[in-house]
Amino acid sequence: MRNSVKLAILALIAAGACAIYLFHDLNGSYGYALPKRTIKVLGMVLTGVTIAYATVVFQTITHNKILTPSIMGLDSLYMLLQTLIIFFLGSGHMIIVNKQVNFLLSVVIMIVFALLLYKFLFKKGGQPIYFLLLVGIIVGTFFSSISTFFQVLIDPNEFQIVQDKMFASFNNINSDLVWLAIALVSLVMIYAWRFLKYLDVLSLGRDTAINLGVPYDSIVKKMLVIVAIFISISTGLVGPITFFGLIVANLSYQFFKTYKHTILITGAILMSVIALVGGQWVVERVFTFSTTLSVIINFIGGVYFIYLLLKERKAA
Amino acid sequence: MIQVRALSKLYGKKSVVEDVTVDIQPRKITSFIGPNGAGKSTLLSMVSRLLDSDTGEVLIDQSDVKKMKSNEFAKKVSILKQSNYMNVRLTIRELVSFGRFPYSKGRLTEEDERIVDQSLEYMHLTDMQNSFLDELSGGQRQRAFIAMVIAQDTEYILLDEPLNNLDMKHSVQIMKILRRLVDELGKTVVIVLHDINFASVYSDRIVAMKDGKVVKDGPTEEIIESSALKEIYDMDIPIQKMDGCRICVYFSSN
Repeated sequence: MRNSVKLAILALIAAGACAIYLFHDLNGSYGYALPKRTIKVLGMVLTGVTIAYATVVFQTITHNKILTPSIMGLDSLYMLLQTLIIFFLGSGHMIIVNKQVNFLLSVVIMIVFALLLYKFLFKKGGQPIYFLLLVGIIVGTFFSSISTFFQVLIDPNEFQIVQDKMFASFNNINSDLVWLAIALVSLVMIYAWRFLKYLDVLSLGRDTAINLGVPYDSIVKKMLVIVAIFISISTGLVGPITFFGLIVANLSYQFFKTYKHTILITGAILMSVIALVGGQWVVERVFTFSTTLSVIINFIGGVYFIYLLLKERKAA
Repeated sequence: MIQVRALSKLYGKKSVVEDVTVDIQPRKITSFIGPNGAGKSTLLSMVSRLLDSDTGEVLIDQSDVKKMKSNEFAKKVSILKQSNYMNVRLTIRELVSFGRFPYSKGRLTEEDERIVDQSLEYMHLTDMQNSFLDELSGGQRQRAFIAMVIAQDTEYILLDEPLNNLDMKHSVQIMKILRRLVDELGKTVVIVLHDINFASVYSDRIVAMKDGKVVKDGPTEEIIESSALKEIYDMDIPIQKMDGCRICVYFSSN
């Protein structure tokens, strides 16, 4: 089967999943339920796009197919931020209650953190990318530990609110935020479009990429900034869900068997839309909200991750 | 011409390449020889801007390598390293097509396809162009990578130990191809070699390095000579002339 055919089929399934989610059991509630569902679908599509894009790009840059951008510690920073706000200001404070303010604050802080981290690491020049990942792991662990410390001290009722933030949720996506996020993501994608062609060459390794005229350091820096922006947006919108990227990116590699990033990224995006929208539908209709989508994703993702590790071990 | 001017590289306080000045003559095969750790590969990496130098400069046709645009550089100089680890599964043809990236940015024109065909033909890979790289033997893989470099169509071709892990037959095959690239297509080839007999038989000039410095630099006849080799390798190496080739018989020397 040609890759364009595969993409077309995936696109159809994705569109079908969205249609079922939007119109199943609508009972003619076009004025109330449909707009609400539309916002949810848009939020899920946006999350799928950012996570899939960021993960594929991140894995190409790091030459590693079992890493996710969460290794840079952005998710932990998000949790720390939410915990600190609730601990010091209380769950009734405007920053927690007002979703717009919370979103903007989280996104700005995460992006600033990522930029500072890069600035600090790339200042010396010639540092291998693994150094960045190592610092990311350490900083991320540090953030998680502080979060846990405060979560232990916090009032049990307030902790409920913190816990709510720990899992990605599509159930209360704010409609204003969705439009804002869509605008942001579209701008970044247009900007990043011209760098996509370099990604194909980057997967041949650093030396070959430089040999073929890729301005390696500058491309890697730009792509890492884009990854950080995307992860921040999706985390701010629905919560930590980067693990999900690992599944769709690897499914896309296995399904398309190509080096072309336009295909790999599009495929991963379509797969995440199918998984998120389809999964959310199952959560709502089959499990009737007795569980959340991110729990299911983490479960399936975990199983798949172990499978990948075993497979890679055999290959080595 | 490639001109290396007072080039140095330090790792911590240890200098791996120290104040190296050397000119690479155009349209010739220049071999870099010397003991392990002499700095040959590091020097080649700096010339091909895979590695930043600490002091000194590299000039290619009078312009400073560090000031050249990545893409322009890639149309002038190509480098092939020893290990070519890859994260993706490619066919030979896909790999060779990547050689056209500096020109086409991934969208191959008919002209590009023609050059890819020629490069495959040149390396006798046309029949197996759709095989995957990970299914090939070491020699075939190496030929595929050289075909990519040929498709890149640069005036200067730098190779870091291309004969590593190859058997005699494939080594000879590759050296003959490099010779043809110089004689037929007028390329300039710079190559790091471990086997001094390959250097002796196939190269026009030899640069010998030791402890990060250039100790000898000259035409092959001047370097493949017992007293010069003694200085480079600290070994007494007798030279035998056979069919016009100078062969170093180092296997039982002291």
